[in-house]
This record gives sequence, C-alpha cells and structure tokens, in this order.
Amino acid sequence: MANYDRIRRANSAFMTTLTGLCTLLAVGALIIILAHIAWQGIGSLNWQFLIDRPRPVGEGGGIGNAIVGSLLLLLISSAFGLPLGICVGVYLSEIGRGRLGGAVRFIVDTLTGIPSIVTGVFVYAIMVVPTKHFSALAGGVALALIMIPIVARTTEEMLKLVPHSLREGALALGAPQWRVTVGVVIPAAASGIATGAMLAIARVSGETAPLLFTAFGSRFFPESLNQPIASLTVQIYNYAISPYDEWHAQAWAATLVLMTLVLGINIIVRFLTRKKF
Amino acid sequence: MHREESLESQSMSALAEKLGAPSAWRRALSPTGNTGDGVFRILMLLVALLMVGVVVAMVIALAVEAMPSIRQFGFSFLRGHAWNPIKGDFGALPFIYGTVASSLIALLISVPLSLGIAIFLVEQAPHYIARPVGFLVELLAAIPSVVYGLWGIFVLAPFARQYVYPVLQQLFGWTPFFRGTITGIGLLTGGIILAIMVTPIISAVVRDVLAAVPGSQREAALALGATKWEMIRVVLVNGAPGIAGAVILGLGRALGETMAVTMVIGNRPEVSLSLFDPSYTIASAIANEFTEATGDLYLSALVELGLILFLVTFIVNGIARVLVWNVTRRTGGVGRAA
Repeated sequence: MANYDRIRRANSAFMTTLTGLCTLLAVGALIIILAHIAWQGIGSLNWQFLIDRPRPVGEGGGIGNAIVGSLLLLLISSAFGLPLGICVGVYLSEIGRGRLGGAVRFIVDTLTGIPSIVTGVFVYAIMVVPTKHFSALAGGVALALIMIPIVARTTEEMLKLVPHSLREGALALGAPQWRVTVGVVIPAAASGIATGAMLAIARVSGETAPLLFTAFGSRFFPESLNQPIASLTVQIYNYAISPYDEWHAQAWAATLVLMTLVLGINIIVRFLTRKKF
Repeated sequence: MHREESLESQSMSALAEKLGAPSAWRRALSPTGNTGDGVFRILMLLVALLMVGVVVAMVIALAVEAMPSIRQFGFSFLRGHAWNPIKGDFGALPFIYGTVASSLIALLISVPLSLGIAIFLVEQAPHYIARPVGFLVELLAAIPSVVYGLWGIFVLAPFARQYVYPVLQQLFGWTPFFRGTITGIGLLTGGIILAIMVTPIISAVVRDVLAAVPGSQREAALALGATKWEMIRVVLVNGAPGIAGAVILGLGRALGETMAVTMVIGNRPEVSLSLFDPSYTIASAIANEFTEATGDLYLSALVELGLILFLVTFIVNGIARVLVWNVTRRTGGVGRAA
C-alpha cells in the first residue's frame, strides 16, 4: 500500500515537472527565434538600407519603398477596417440581441478563422479582375477584411465591461439610446477599443499571403494608390526564396524592422492594459 | 434640447400614425420612440449585415471564378492526382493530402505541448510567474508567418537535416514514414513549423477552458486524497469538450496557414508516405502559382482549391466555436477564445 502511494506521488511529481518543461520549450523557441533575428538582422541594418529602394544584386539597395508601402497599406486598411469594425462591435454589444445578433456574432467569429490567403483570392476576384491591375487599394481592402472581425470582437468585449449603471444614469437624465452609446459608453471604453485597434494593426502588418495578388509588390517608391505597391512582408518573402546571399541578409534586416514594429505594438499594448487583465 | 428632440419625434410618430404608417414596425426599429435611435440602430445593423454580406459574397465570388474548373472536372477534382497546367489536367488530391498531413503532424506535436503549457500556467505556476510567462507564449502568436518561414528555411531546416532527421531515420527507418533522402525541406519540417505557430493559439484557449472549471472540482478531488496530478486529470476531464474545441480551432488555423508552410514544405504535388519528402498544401499552391497561372482553367482550378479551403475552415471553425462556447458559458467563466 505504501509502495503504491509512493508510485502515485512520483508520477504526480514527474507529470507536473513535464508541464513546466513544455512551457520552457515554448518560451525557449521564442527566445531562440527572436535572438536569431536580432543577431542576423543587425549586421545589414544601416541608414542607407532604410531609405533606399531595392537594387540588383551586388549594388546594395534597401527597403525604403517597402516601409513606405507597408505604412500606406496600414493606413488604407485602418481607414476602412477600424470604423467598420467598431460599428460591428457596437452592434454586437449594444443592439444585436436574439437570433440575428447571435448569427452576426457567429459570422464575425468564423470570419476571424478564414485563411488570409482566401481573403486575398476574394479581393482579387472583386477588385483586381474588374480593374485588370494590382493596386495598393486592393491590398488595403484585403487587410481591412482581416482587421474588421478582430476589432469588432475586442470592441464588443470592451463595451460589455462598461458598467450598466453608467448607461442607466444617462438614460435616466433623458438622453436617447444613441447619445448614451456615442457620448457615454464608447468614451468609457475608448482606451480598450484603442488597444484592440492597435493589436489588429500589429496582426495585419505581418500579413503576407493576402498581399501577394492584391498589392503584388514593387521595386519603386509608390506614386499612386492605383498601382502595385511594395510591402515589408512580401519583400521579405521574395528575398528569402531568392538564391542570393546578399538578399538573404537583407531579408533578415527587413525582418528585424518588421519585428520591431509588431513586437513593439504588442508590448506597448501589454503595458497599457497591465492593470485591467 | 433632448426634450425638444423627443417631443419632436413624438409628434413625428403621431403624425406617422395619422398618415397610416404601421406603428408596430416603427417600434421594432426604435423601441424608445426616438428618431435618432432609429437611425442609429439602422446604421449599425447595416454595417453588421455588411459582414454577413461579405461572407456570402466570398462564397459567390469564389464559386463564380471556380466555375470553369468545377464544370470541367466535377467531383473528380477531389480525387485527381494530376496537376498539369500544360495539358490542362487538374486534381486536388496531392494538395488535400499535404494540407491534412502537415496539419495532423502539427497537432500531434502541439496538442501535448499546449496542454502542458496550459496546465502549468493555470494549475501550478504562481501568479507572478504565470502572467509574464503566459504573455511570452502569446508573443509566439504575434510573430508573422513569413518570419517563421524565413527562420524555417535558414535555421530549422538545416538543423533538422543535420542533427534530427538522420537520428529519426536510424530509429524508425523500417517504417514507410521515415524513408528516402533527407533534404530538410519537406512535410515534417512544415509540420514542425506549423506546430510552433498553433501552440500559442491552442494553449491560450485551453487556459481559458481550464480556468473556467469550478474550483470546487479541484477541492473535491484533493479532499478525496488525490495527488496534484490526479486532481489535474479531474480538471481535464471536466474541460474535455472545450479542449476538443481548442484543438479543432488550432486545426483550422493550421489548415489555412500559408507563408511559413510554403517556404519549407518543398512545393511538389506528390502523395508520398515519407515525411522527409517534399509535399504541397492548398494554401501554398495558391500562394505560389496564382500570379503565374496562365489560362482561365488553371486559374479557376486554383480558385476552386481556395473555395475548398474556405468551406473546410468555415466548418472546422464553426464546430470549434460551438464546443468552446458551451464550456466557457456553462460554467460561467469568461471565454476569450483566440
């Protein structure tokens, strides 16, 4: 009996240690990946690289046009995605009840899970095929479609955290429901909605697949939103699968720039919301 | 000012009733009887319906673009082995095989790992460790797909080719799964990259599910003399449907993952049992060949692949949501799925 007890205790100790090792493995993978990016990327990073456009192999060149392109794409997608996403969130939290609300919530949730490459094919079909050319606008719309469900769900959750007494107080003062929502509930949740928006921007700035056949890519600085446009992610992909060592080095440097942006946003958001969660 | 507005809207609704407008319809639009509310509700509803419209439009647009291929091949598209743009003969089987196989490898590695992480963070680690470590694990999900791909090509693949795969071949070479030449680029490398990518997603959902299991279950198990691990098993059984949901959610993500897989899986449309051989997934076929596709049939075959991927991930995600919702709602916990 005592022996059986000892086996049980040993088993428990072994399994609980194993869960710690699992966690260590995941954190270790993160550290290895990040350290490798920093180590590889820092070597090719200089001012010229950040402002120049791509050049043929052996002539240097940089990712200036890709940085500008990525920022433009983020701007376009935010212009469409943030207002629409917030509106859907307001609908889900303040208005949509019963079956229709449930259906919209389900659709928004599954929209989050649709592979981004499929979103790319869809935008290709509705924007690139009719106009017969790739464009920054199509890329921005593809990214916006990925953004909307993320913004909608975080907005909904943030609005639901606003205490009901605030709504009731405003209603009791005679304000109509729309003024309560716009003037009281949304401002009360503003910081939460903003962090949700930032996370959506961080997520979208790392997307490559939906841009491959919407924004396509370019080796020049953008002149019009109606033309193909470069982006950091597509540039990294093209350089990574090229056969040249010089371009590989540039891919690592571009990755370091991208990761600084993405992780920077994530860490800032974490810092801002530290008290809430 | 508000009173004036509402007075005005009241007289408006009285007027509308006199004019014979159905007042029940009015009330459905604006239960408060305020015109501004009606406008606001309609605007928000339209935006919400726009989302539903987008999903419907996706199905229609993909189906329309895929029509030439659907007409030409019908259901045999799903069983066809050939992928020959020159002859105009297309079949999806190698891509379906590659997609399913790489995702299953990913789940085989990731599910035990994610369970371990979630158990550690919920049941064992003290608060001051669980929070920062949980954040670090979540950061894995923030790394863009293309960055995983880059790391996969230049770090993981060479490392696996040199140190890991030869050992696997020596140990398990007698099975059909570990035969053939080792290049480092292939199905197994794709599966490993996918495993790293879905681990933060699965572990985050399992964390929520475990946290939603009532504390009384743990106390009851401990009171009956269970060891820590036996208590954890009780918690796992309680959260089983939610854990299943988390795994299926991870599957949905793995099926649709594009860039990282494209960069390490080898991109050859063949069905081979060996995990060392190059393979091809639906998503990577679209990413690789879409802009180079010449001819309408070639393009529409690729779009049909996209349509298949869309429908499969839609169903898989739907199942996952229902499973996760049921657990986190029934027990009164707050679901924060993905």
